[in-house]
Amino acid sequence: MLTFQCPYCGVQACETELAAGGEAHLKRFGPGSSDDDFEGYLFLRPNVKGVHFERWRHAMGCGKWFLAARCTATLEVFGTYPAQTTEPPADIIAAITARRPDWSLT
Amino acid sequence: MSIRLATGGRLIDRSRSIGFSFNGKTLTGHPGDTLASALMANGQMIMGRSFKYHRPRGVVASGAEEPNALVNLGTGNRHEPNQRATLTELFEGLTATSQNHWPSLNWDIGEVNALIPQLLPAGFYYKTFIHPRPFWKHVFEPFIRQSAGLGRAPDPEHADPDRYEQLYAHVDLVIAGGGIAGLQAALEAGRAGLRVILCEQGAHWGGRAPVDGVGIDGQPAADWVTSAVQELEKMDNVHLRLRMMVAGVYDHGYVIGYERVADHAPETDAPRHRLWRIRAARVVSATGALERPLSFAGNDKPCVMLASAMRDYVVNWGVAPGARTVIVTNNDDAYRTALALQAAGLAVPCIVDARAKADGPLVQEARARGLRVLTGMAIANVKGLRGVVAVQLCAQDGTGAVLEDVVCDAVAMSGGWSPVVHLWSHCGGKLIWDSKGAFFRPDPDRPPTDQHGQGFVICAGAADGALLAADTMANASRSIRKILHEHGKDASDAAPLTSAMAEAPMMPVWVMPAQAGVKKRAKMWLDFQNDVKVSDVQLAAREGFESVEHAKRYTTLGMATDQGKLSNINGLAILAQALDEDIPRVGTTTFRPPYTPISMGAIAGEGRGAIFQPLRRTSIQDWHEAHGAHFEPVGYWRRPYCFPKQGESHRDAVNREILATRGGLGLLDASTLGKIIVKGPDAARFLDMLYTNLMSSLAPGKCRYGLMCNENGFLMDDGVVARLDDETFLVHTTTGGADRIHAHMEDWLQCEWWDWKVYTANVTEQWAQIAVVGPKARAVLQKLGSDLDLSNAALPFMAWAEGRIGGFDARAFRISFSGELSFEIAVPAAQGRAFWEALLAAGAEFGATPYGTEALHVMRAEKGFIMIGDETDGTVIPQDLGLDWAISKKKTDYLGKRAQERPHMTDPLRWKLVGLETLDGSVLPDGCYALADGVNANGQRNTQGRVTSTYFSPTLGRGIAMGLVLNGPGRMGDVLDFNTTKKTAKGEMRTIKARIVNPVFYDLSGEKQNV
Repeated sequence: MLTFQCPYCGVQACETELAAGGEAHLKRFGPGSSDDDFEGYLFLRPNVKGVHFERWRHAMGCGKWFLAARCTATLEVFGTYPAQTTEPPADIIAAITARRPDWSLT
Repeated sequence: MSIRLATGGRLIDRSRSIGFSFNGKTLTGHPGDTLASALMANGQMIMGRSFKYHRPRGVVASGAEEPNALVNLGTGNRHEPNQRATLTELFEGLTATSQNHWPSLNWDIGEVNALIPQLLPAGFYYKTFIHPRPFWKHVFEPFIRQSAGLGRAPDPEHADPDRYEQLYAHVDLVIAGGGIAGLQAALEAGRAGLRVILCEQGAHWGGRAPVDGVGIDGQPAADWVTSAVQELEKMDNVHLRLRMMVAGVYDHGYVIGYERVADHAPETDAPRHRLWRIRAARVVSATGALERPLSFAGNDKPCVMLASAMRDYVVNWGVAPGARTVIVTNNDDAYRTALALQAAGLAVPCIVDARAKADGPLVQEARARGLRVLTGMAIANVKGLRGVVAVQLCAQDGTGAVLEDVVCDAVAMSGGWSPVVHLWSHCGGKLIWDSKGAFFRPDPDRPPTDQHGQGFVICAGAADGALLAADTMANASRSIRKILHEHGKDASDAAPLTSAMAEAPMMPVWVMPAQAGVKKRAKMWLDFQNDVKVSDVQLAAREGFESVEHAKRYTTLGMATDQGKLSNINGLAILAQALDEDIPRVGTTTFRPPYTPISMGAIAGEGRGAIFQPLRRTSIQDWHEAHGAHFEPVGYWRRPYCFPKQGESHRDAVNREILATRGGLGLLDASTLGKIIVKGPDAARFLDMLYTNLMSSLAPGKCRYGLMCNENGFLMDDGVVARLDDETFLVHTTTGGADRIHAHMEDWLQCEWWDWKVYTANVTEQWAQIAVVGPKARAVLQKLGSDLDLSNAALPFMAWAEGRIGGFDARAFRISFSGELSFEIAVPAAQGRAFWEALLAAGAEFGATPYGTEALHVMRAEKGFIMIGDETDGTVIPQDLGLDWAISKKKTDYLGKRAQERPHMTDPLRWKLVGLETLDGSVLPDGCYALADGVNANGQRNTQGRVTSTYFSPTLGRGIAMGLVLNGPGRMGDVLDFNTTKKTAKGEMRTIKARIVNPVFYDLSGEKQNV
């Protein structure tokens, strides 16, 4: 029963009012893309143990999708941020590296 | 024989008696008794039978860890199995029966299992599964089914008459355990101003300290406990709950508390159980420790009991399992039991201590009081069938040669103590092995972590491995101060000084005697409830089950309702020995919530019956109910399936509704259809991505049918889109799809195309929508009167208009799901019922007939229209359904387009939609397959298609069906065989022949809907 702070309405939301949406920052591949790119976009997920960027919707609250950076092993939440971005913002990266000096994006 | 002592019993009120019944016998006890102590007082030491061998079993513990004394409580609709007699407080009229025996508790035919235990060795289920195969079916399974199962399940025909509720709480601190450690933690946290819930699973504060003669700040522990509770009760920020167990600790400080509010007082007007759903910043686990049994031959016989439990029974309730008790131990603590028994006037013929040397202060005290202490000794065997008549003694460091028989009628055993680390472990806290005390304790460096990456559970007192009373208090104080420090607070006072007699080190003893042979090891019980013995674990190790998790499942060690509270450490120590490994390398099994079982009622809370899942109701629902509609569930709605008249079958009603609609006028409550407004400068562009066909070219005032696919290419929803104005669309979805499709839209708008200017709103429940269907549809609307020109010229098929009809504000959509002339009229939801009744009244002369979902289904199938969920199942693409006309060739992109280009999606061998017509006019079975020649690799008949929708068509007077068939559209006129579940006289599968036809069975040219 995780909790995340919704970056839109500010509510510290319990998992019961959230809907999980899988990995964040996927790049969409549409018509014209290669089979490999499309397969990677649609199906291949690294399922990391450690720092993970993921999509959540405050489904039973304000209805907004947001993104979260979380450690899948310790359940530590490094931060949540609006979904309207293609990559984690700098303050989230800083929060992660402060807690996980060995971690890097990529 | 167990007895009530003449004196003692600090928890019972001897001045009053209360009556209860056990197995039909009327017995009496005192207020303050548990069912276990009251049964002992009545000489009823045998309280249950073990699971596998049906061995007679007495109570062995005094608390939550009890594996044996499980009973059926209550009768009739309040019957509940597997209740622990040790935790059941006695009340007037309590009714209990014993379980897992036949024909009686004292004489059980299943006991014969124990005489031939080689028939039921470790892993017997798995072994008998294998061979000889018929043996399992005809011999083992019936036998195991008849003898297995603890307790009797409640009657499913009875609803639980009791009330349950759930509460939410948000606090700084939950403290689990109301012993001296928990109380001290609560005092310090409470004084510092933290918001605290202190939970004690039992009915009394103070835990073991009052029984063990602990002194705190110079006064008896019981007095300190009383004053501590009084101080806590005065604190507004501290909430005290007795009879509330912390059942589980979960992610991010989520804690489940299980409060047994009225189990002990069933006549009170209170919910029986309460489930607390708590968010706590920190959890203090002051859950104490549990004593371990010793593994000697016959350790499971009635009147063999944990030493601490026997002390509890004597001191707390003034009952004893026997008058002459032999103590057997590997530590000093058990000497407290010897001293307590002696003080109560009971005989202790000897103390059998496995240690070569015993001279701690408690041992010296025992010797000084004249008790006989035998060191380096062990119990070789316990004599007695349904109790104890003597023990045979031997050297601990030997094979068990009997040196002496000691006559006795009870045995108190102590194999040392294990901290209750469950709550620490529930959410991932790791353990370390403490070789001095021979137990696992919390590893402070690897706690369960919260959302901030900080440890959020801290153990206090005995649960942290500080077993001695003086250490317990200091440890608890240290633990709570760590939490206070996080809040920037410090406790001003020193922790109370606690005094108790010191203890010399214990000595781990896993098998008694150490060199015991196989015959003895097969009589040493580890798991009392599931009948797992030392020999079983050793056999599992020999057979290669080296992982502790595998050995557990193979032997069922620790898998009973007590979840291995007594057996866990002993069992894995035996496994480690058998594998010649260190115990910490073997590790322990995973502790999972709940700590002890909690009731299903508490989990359900008030969410049962009508409020289990609230129903959505259309504004016309009351009319449907009043007119005898037969309902079917559709999403969260209940829609009328049909409206049977008096004495009419559902089938006849459906046929009548269809013929009336096609022949005159039918009315359908279509309010449940999803309605989503999509608005904004980019709305058209957005819908072009969402639908497979082009929506941006739709003119205001027009409607268009569209298909929605997911990114994987599969059809997920369909419906009619109406363009309200340049920037506004009204999207109709399927009844079950409104919320899902709205969420789908928001997902893409918020997460992918967030710079597109589009706003969506789900307005499904804002509108009542009625389909006015049939040749008389226009006539009835014109009769009602309208400022709209409803003629085909002004409002043609697939157009819509807004105006007033019969005095109602309305939108009229010329759309048809039946193939007839049809207007779907939307009015504000509040006016739905009035409009429905106006239509019925005006339509009476045209034979206006309300119809339900089944008539809707049949009529759409007659027209070859697909239904999401019938023709689609998550693997079907629009191209499979002959809907290529609704897939834009011009668009460069839409959701699912790329996926539909994959080779498997363009494979010409995909099954495609056709109509199917049985040669004999009968109705094909739903879901049946078109058979092909030969069999597949599994010997199953090959197939070449399947039926997706099948009905009796009253319009055509025969069965019609739709299905997906290999090369179907290219094989018009071919006849296929379809399977049925029926057999011919010869025992062969009966098949039905059907011809491949056009899926549009009715009005192929579509002229009826276009008038």
